[in-house]
Amino acid sequence: MMTTQAATIDRVREEGSGVYTLKLGMWIFLLSEVMFFTGLIGSYIILRFAHPTDFADPGQVLNVQLTAFNTFVLICSSVTMVKAFAAIEQGDQVGLKRWLLATIILGAFFVGVQVVEYIALTSEGFVPMAEAYAALGREHGTTVIGGPLYGATFYMMTGFHGTHVTIGVLCLMFTYWRARQGKYTATSHGGVEIMGLYWHFVDLVWILLFTIVYLI
Amino acid sequence: MSTSEHKQPPYMTVWAVLFVLTIGEVFFAFSSVPKRWIVIGLVLMAIWKAVLVAMYYMHLRFEPKRMWILAMSPLPLAVILVVVVIQEWR
Repeated sequence: MMTTQAATIDRVREEGSGVYTLKLGMWIFLLSEVMFFTGLIGSYIILRFAHPTDFADPGQVLNVQLTAFNTFVLICSSVTMVKAFAAIEQGDQVGLKRWLLATIILGAFFVGVQVVEYIALTSEGFVPMAEAYAALGREHGTTVIGGPLYGATFYMMTGFHGTHVTIGVLCLMFTYWRARQGKYTATSHGGVEIMGLYWHFVDLVWILLFTIVYLI
Repeated sequence: MSTSEHKQPPYMTVWAVLFVLTIGEVFFAFSSVPKRWIVIGLVLMAIWKAVLVAMYYMHLRFEPKRMWILAMSPLPLAVILVVVVIQEWR
């Protein structure tokens, strides 16, 4: 039997919610993040409907195949994160470190691909905060003309998400460093669990962003 | 201390479903289906994927009901936020 809320010596249960305080705090933080990303995504959808000529069709400017692969990488990193959590629940220190390292590598790879994508897009003419963009189309090499809103909203949303992933990778490194010091045990692994909550939330947000920004 | 126990969630099955849905989304996005149905289908698939991540990877399915209420609390606020912004635009 596995436990997600195993009895621990260092966790203080919050009387009202039934979960330990650290975890409750992370959930409340994530709920504030929901509002943050709702503001960004909601604004994007409204601007897109209000100014359709500013925006290109899916795949016209953005590299959907590359980003679909990157989405898959982030989903894989969520799996490695839950594997790390499952490992430490069973007291498997080696498994914890191995899966955490895999998560770090996959997360860093995601950020790296996003940087490569940004470099390619800007070199092709798709830039933020311009009066208008004239990007090189992907399918036939034709020039795609659009307004400033597309670049501004695209880089705003994916940039903020990428920042969250980068912060997540740094936090994962800290968690990995603590894991190497043997700070987590089968009965005390709250840090791994809340790290996982943040990481899965970042994955969840990207799932929505990928659909809204790249496919619709 | 909390002692709620459950069997290990089907992590790999969820991963496989997420993978298939991601591939399905890409193919569906470029299909010849009318645009309106593409948008509806893509949104439904994205919500399905997001719910799977929240339920199984974030373990929301195994949390107390109070946590569910807490987790759902920003959703009506998010709707209000979007509706207010739409009114501003109109």
